[in-house]
Amino acid sequence: MSVESQLLRFTTAGSVDDGKSTLIGRLLYEAKGVYEDQLASVQNSSVNRSTGPIDFSLLTDGLRAEREQGITIDVAYRYAATPRRKFIIADTPGHEQYTRNMATGASTADLAIVLIDARKGVLVQSRRHAFITSLLGIRYVAVAVNKMDLVDFREDVFRKIETEFMAYAQSVGLKNVAFFPISALEGDNITEPSARTPWYTGPSLLEHLENVDLVEARNFTDLRFPVQYVNRPTLDFRGYTGQLASGILRPGQTVMTLPSGRITKVKSLPSFDGDLSEAFPPMSVTVCLEDEVDISRGDMLVDPDRVPHVSRRFAAKLVWMHETPGEAERDYLLKHTSQTVRAQISKIRHRIDINTLAEQPANKLELNEIASIQVETRRPLFFDSYGQNRTTGSFILIDPVSNATVAAGMIEESTAESLEPLKLGSLEFSGETEATVTPAERYKRAGHYPATVWLTARQDLAGMLERKLFDLGCYVHVLADDRESHLLPELARVLNSAGLIAICSIASPDPAEAQRAQELAGDTRFLLVDPQKLPVHDEEASEVLMKMLEDRGVLRRKERFEVGEGI
Amino acid sequence: METRILSHLRALEAESIHIFREVVAEFSNPVMLYSVGKDSSVMLRLAQKAFHPAKIPFPVLHIDTSYKFEEMYEFRDNLAKELGLNLIVHKNQAALDAGANPFDLGTQKCCAQLKTRALLDALEAGGYDAAFGGARRDEEKSRAKERIYSFRDKFGQWDPKNQRPELWNVYNCKIEKGETIRVFPLSNWTELDIWRYIEVENIPIVPLYLAKERPMLVRGSSIIPLEHNYPVKEGEKPEMVKVRMRSLGCTYCTGAMRSDAETLPQLMDELVQFKRSERENRIIDHDTEGSMEIKKREGYF
Ligand SMILES: Nc1nc2c(ncn2[C@@H]2O[C@H](COP(=O)(O)OP(=O)(O)O)[C@@H](O)[C@H]2O)c(=O)[nH]1
Ligand SMILES: [Mg+2]
Repeated sequence: MSVESQLLRFTTAGSVDDGKSTLIGRLLYEAKGVYEDQLASVQNSSVNRSTGPIDFSLLTDGLRAEREQGITIDVAYRYAATPRRKFIIADTPGHEQYTRNMATGASTADLAIVLIDARKGVLVQSRRHAFITSLLGIRYVAVAVNKMDLVDFREDVFRKIETEFMAYAQSVGLKNVAFFPISALEGDNITEPSARTPWYTGPSLLEHLENVDLVEARNFTDLRFPVQYVNRPTLDFRGYTGQLASGILRPGQTVMTLPSGRITKVKSLPSFDGDLSEAFPPMSVTVCLEDEVDISRGDMLVDPDRVPHVSRRFAAKLVWMHETPGEAERDYLLKHTSQTVRAQISKIRHRIDINTLAEQPANKLELNEIASIQVETRRPLFFDSYGQNRTTGSFILIDPVSNATVAAGMIEESTAESLEPLKLGSLEFSGETEATVTPAERYKRAGHYPATVWLTARQDLAGMLERKLFDLGCYVHVLADDRESHLLPELARVLNSAGLIAICSIASPDPAEAQRAQELAGDTRFLLVDPQKLPVHDEEASEVLMKMLEDRGVLRRKERFEVGEGI
Repeated sequence: METRILSHLRALEAESIHIFREVVAEFSNPVMLYSVGKDSSVMLRLAQKAFHPAKIPFPVLHIDTSYKFEEMYEFRDNLAKELGLNLIVHKNQAALDAGANPFDLGTQKCCAQLKTRALLDALEAGGYDAAFGGARRDEEKSRAKERIYSFRDKFGQWDPKNQRPELWNVYNCKIEKGETIRVFPLSNWTELDIWRYIEVENIPIVPLYLAKERPMLVRGSSIIPLEHNYPVKEGEKPEMVKVRMRSLGCTYCTGAMRSDAETLPQLMDELVQFKRSERENRIIDHDTEGSMEIKKREGYF
C-alpha cells in the first residue's frame, strides 16, 4: 500500500446465505487484510459451519452473540488494501434489521456490491437492495452473481440475471451498474479473470474496485462549508473550522455566510502544516475571513452565486430505525450538518413498500420502514437535495426523551406549493412569494425574522427594546400611536414585509386593534405580553422580551460558549 | 490541473479531525485517553491539527498501572512538556497498595483493577462526558462493529446489541447526566495506516517500538522484558536479544518479539511480511476467545 493510494468505501448487500461474509472474507484474504493469527483463531473456532478448509465468513462475523446464533446482526467494518486503494468495507447482515443496517452501511459508501445467488436469480430482496442503494445515493453498483460454481458457470444464467436486474436498476434510477460472475468460495473472478468463465471479458471484481472513478463523484462547484467549531485561542485569531462538503476554498475568494447573508472574503486557510493555497472536499480545514463577522457553529459558508435552500420545511425520504414508531407532530431533534434543531414530521405522505415500491398510506412509521414525509423545523436549515449533496442533504432524527437515533433522512427537491403550510409556533416567512426580493433573502441579510411586538403603556420600554435590538444588529422600528393609531397594524405589517421588527407602542389598551395586528402579522410572529406579567422595570422587562424573541426563533440563538469568548 | 483527490491517509486524517472538532463543539467536558502508545501518538497529532493554532483544548488522561516501561514514562513526561498538555495521571492506588499484580491475581483480574476500574474511577472523578480513545476497528473482531461515538451507560458499560445507528458523519451526542460517550477517531485506521502516518508526519514514538539489543528473559517462545523486578525462576538468566515491542502494555504482560527493524520502513516491511495481529503477544487476548468483547462490555476499551 503506497502513501498515495486512495480510499474507497463500499458496502455489501445480499440476502442471508448469498455469500456476503464469504466474499468479504475472500477479498480480505486476497488483499492481504487478514492477519495470520486471526486466521488461526477462525480455524480454532468452536462453531464452524463450512465444510471446506477455511470458512471465510468467520473472519467477518464478529460478536459473541452472533457467533452463537451463526448470523451477523450489526454493521461491521472491515479493512483491506491493495497498492492502489485502501478499502473500508461495511458488512451489513441480511435479515430482519436489514433496512436499518444496510442504510447505515450505505450512507458513507461510494460503491455497493449487490450479491445475487446464481441459483436463485433476481429475487424480491435483490430489488430491495437496489432500491436502498439508490435511496442512499450510492454512485456505483457492482452486481456480484455468486455461486457460479453451482450453476456450472453457465453464461445464460448470468445474462438472464443481468438483464432482469438492469431493468429494475434503471427503474429506481441507478447508474453505473456492472456485473460480475463470481464464486466467492472458490475465488473465480475475484482478483483475476477465471478460466471457468471464458465468455466473460470484463475485469475481476477487485480490479473494478481498484478503478472506479472517485474524482468524478465529487462536487467542486457549489461551496458548502458548515462551520463546526469556532477556534479563538487569542483575541486576534478567529478561525472557522469544518469539513468541506463541496466546492473549493481559496484565499481571496468571495463567500456568503448563512444565515446572516453577509458577503466577505477568505483571508487565509491556516493549518498545522502552514497556510493552504486551496482546500477541496473532504478536507477538514480552518478558514479565516477578511471581515469581523459573527459566525457560530451551525452557520455555513457558501458560494454567493450558488446558495442552498434556506427554509424551515422540506420534503424528505425517511428510514425509520427504532422500535418506537415514528409519528407526525411529535417533537424530535434534527441534526443536519453541524446544526441541531427541534423538528416535527409535519406529514407522512406515504410509506414505501421496499419490495414492490408501492406507495401506501401510513400514520406511523415502524422499524425498518421507509417513507416519504415532510419535515418542519423550528429554525431554518441551509440545505440541498440529497441527490445534489450528500452532506447538506442528509439528517438524522433523535428522540429527545430516549436520546436514541430514530431515523435517517434524505432531503428531496420540492416546490413551495407542494409542501404543507407551516404549523409550528416559531416565526416563519410570510409564504414564499413571487417577489424579486424574497423573505428568505431578507432573512439571510438581516440575520433575524420580522416580527411585531405589541406593547401597551410602556413608551420607555419600547425605546429600550428598540435600542437593544438595534445594537444586536437587527432592523427595528418603533411605531407609536400618538397619531393615526388605527393604522398601526397595517404599518407594522409593511415593516414586517420589509424584514423589520416592528415595536408598536400603544397608549391605552385596544383589544380589537391588537387582534387585527395579530391577524396581519400571523400568530407566530406576533408578540403580545400580558402587561400584568411583564416586570415593571424597563430593563428587566426588555430582557424578558428579548428572551421571548430568542425563544421563538426571531433572533439567531447564540450558539454554545466558544473557546476564547468572554476572555 | 492537479487532480483534487486526497490520498487515503489524508482522507482518514480529515475524517478524524472532523470527529475531534465535533466532540469539542458538542460536549462540555471531553478528555483524551492517552496510553503513550503509537495510536495515542497519532491521536495527539490529529488533535493538534484540529485545533491549530490553539493548544489541544482538553486534558489528556493516562491510566497508569505503574507497571509500564520506564521509557514510556520518560517519553510521556517530555511530550507533555513540549506540547503543553494538560496531563492527568491516574492510578488505582488502593489496589496497588494492596499489592495488585498479574502473578497473584491473574491477568484478567489485574487488568480489571488497574485498568478498567482505574479508568472508570478517573472518568467519574473528572466528570468527563466524552472520552477519546485510540481503538481501531481492525484490531480485533469485536471492535469491527464499534461505533465512532460509543454510548456507555452510567456504569461505563457497552451494550453491543443496543448501539445507536451511525450514518454519514452525523454523530448523535445526546446523553443524560452520568452517561458518557467513548469516541474513537481512529476507528477506520489500520495498523499499517498508523505506521505510515507516523512516518510521513514524523511523529515521535516510544523507542521500544523499534528493534534494539535489550536485556530479556527468554522462556520458551516468550521473550519477557526484565523491568519491575520480573520474578525470575531458578536457573533462568537474562540475555541480550535484539527485540521490539508490537504494542506497549505493562512490562509483565507484554511479550517482545525478535526483530531487525531499526527504522520505520523496516518495521512496516516486517509487519506486511509477518501479518501477525499486533495483539498476538498480548497475553490477555488469548485467555478465552472473545475475551476482549467481555472486557469491553465491562467498560475496558
Ligand atoms: N458453492 C458456493 N458456496 C458459497 C459461495 N459463497 C458462499 N457460499 C456458501 O454459502 C453459505 C453462506 O455464506 P455466507 O458468506 O455466510 O453468506 P451471508 O449470509 O451472505 O454472509 C456458506 O455455507 C458458504 O460457504 C460460492 O461462491 N459457492
Ligand atoms: Mg454473513
